[in-house]
Amino acid sequence: MIKLEKVSKKFGTGVFGLVDINLSVDKKEFVFLVGPTGSGKTTIFRLLTREILPTEGIVIVNDWDLTRLPKHQVPHLRKKIGVVFQDLKLLFDRTVFENVLMPLEVTGVKMEEATQKVKEVLTQIGIIEHKDKFPIQLSGGELQRTAIARALVLSPQILLADEPTGNLDSATSWEIVKLLSDINEKGTTVIMATHNVDIVKNLSKRVIALEKGKLVRDDKKKEGKK
Amino acid sequence: MKFIKSSLRNIRRSPYQALAAVLIMMLTFLTISFFTFLLSGSSRVINFFESKPQVTAFFKNEAKQSDINTLESQIKNTGKVSSARFVSKQEALKIYREQNKDDPLLLDLVTADILPASLEISTFKISDLSEISEMLKGSPDVSEVIFQKDIVSTLVSWTSAVRKIGSGLIIVLSLVSTFIMITIIGIRISQRKEDIEIMRLIGASNWYIRWPFLFEGMFYAVLGAVIGWMIASLALWYSTPFLSSFLKGIPILPVSPVFLLEVLLAELVFAVILGFLSSFLAVLRYLR
Repeated sequence: MIKLEKVSKKFGTGVFGLVDINLSVDKKEFVFLVGPTGSGKTTIFRLLTREILPTEGIVIVNDWDLTRLPKHQVPHLRKKIGVVFQDLKLLFDRTVFENVLMPLEVTGVKMEEATQKVKEVLTQIGIIEHKDKFPIQLSGGELQRTAIARALVLSPQILLADEPTGNLDSATSWEIVKLLSDINEKGTTVIMATHNVDIVKNLSKRVIALEKGKLVRDDKKKEGKK
Repeated sequence: MKFIKSSLRNIRRSPYQALAAVLIMMLTFLTISFFTFLLSGSSRVINFFESKPQVTAFFKNEAKQSDINTLESQIKNTGKVSSARFVSKQEALKIYREQNKDDPLLLDLVTADILPASLEISTFKISDLSEISEMLKGSPDVSEVIFQKDIVSTLVSWTSAVRKIGSGLIIVLSLVSTFIMITIIGIRISQRKEDIEIMRLIGASNWYIRWPFLFEGMFYAVLGAVIGWMIASLALWYSTPFLSSFLKGIPILPVSPVFLLEVLLAELVFAVILGFLSSFLAVLRYLR
């Protein structure tokens, strides 16, 4: 489903964000992407959403070679991948409902159908009671849930969550991780970038570790070797 | 029509930019309307004069009626004259009184003595006017010959000057409004840069992002055009009584509502093109 072959990314400043990365993620997998700040986690997400292109190598998502994907096809790709951004990227002048509605608007789904879908997702995520509030009126956990709801509203095959527990207390972090696990159990491939060691240790899921842009650990590979 | 909702929200949130855009468009279309009215009016005045090939000869006070009659029959005998009408001093006074019946001061000052008798001649062909005019000038009883062709050519040269000035002004104003619109839409795009980025990341196509800005540009231009046209039309309507008395005898007023609506329609088409073009240039420049 997701494949990175010999991927390197050199930024304009001359710094390498990623160096010779090889990895693949199967359908319905739950993967933790770990590593310190600046290790290249977000760069991988940006490559998977075709926000940036690799300097070398091939990035494949759903049989699409993103290095050859024409520009006009990029919106189609992005509709298949839900992203919970590190900085959430919520629109602060729109309510929770309107923020979650946005991907459906962009896709041109009819208003009635879209409203129904948003209500379903907000109920699933557990923030339906906050639907008419603006982001500024929400707590950190609620904001995170809003971002997850927006990423899920188009029923994507892949969900990328970039540090979704970054600024949350331990209890709320676990709630978010539980939510992502539930989403994964329903069939969505989930890749979660984090540096929360507790969560990674306590959840027996595949872990991919990066350091200074290099892949330093991949449980799946180890299993394969055994 | 979600993009219309989005455009209207933009307009509501930055009313001063919206006001500036509408005002500059209004100024452009007000100028276009005024010059359209002026040029259409003057071309109709020219047509009016051209459709009446006429020479007027004013007689000296000492001219004898018998000499005038001889001259009149000489002219008629050329076979080129469609009508010749003698206007005596008394008739001239009558016409003068009729034209100035609302102004007693002008009526008091004028008597039949100071108004010259005249002969109004129309020819079948406009080209024969020169020959008739020469004949009249040759008579010792004639003090002055007013040749309609002179009036027409003066009017034509005035109209052409007005057309040149108008076209120049309209081009400059259209350019100014285009640049101002590009700047305003550019500011709008900059203000919403973050929103645009987010929309792109969640899968919005380029056109989905562009349409609200394009619609906004067209909305300003259309609103400006409607207001500009309304001001010009109201000004024309209010000044119709004054202009009618100024253009005595030339039947161009009141202006027909159909003509006004035609002008509005043409301006709306131009506004849509101007609004679309300027916001499209802004989108190309700032939304890559």
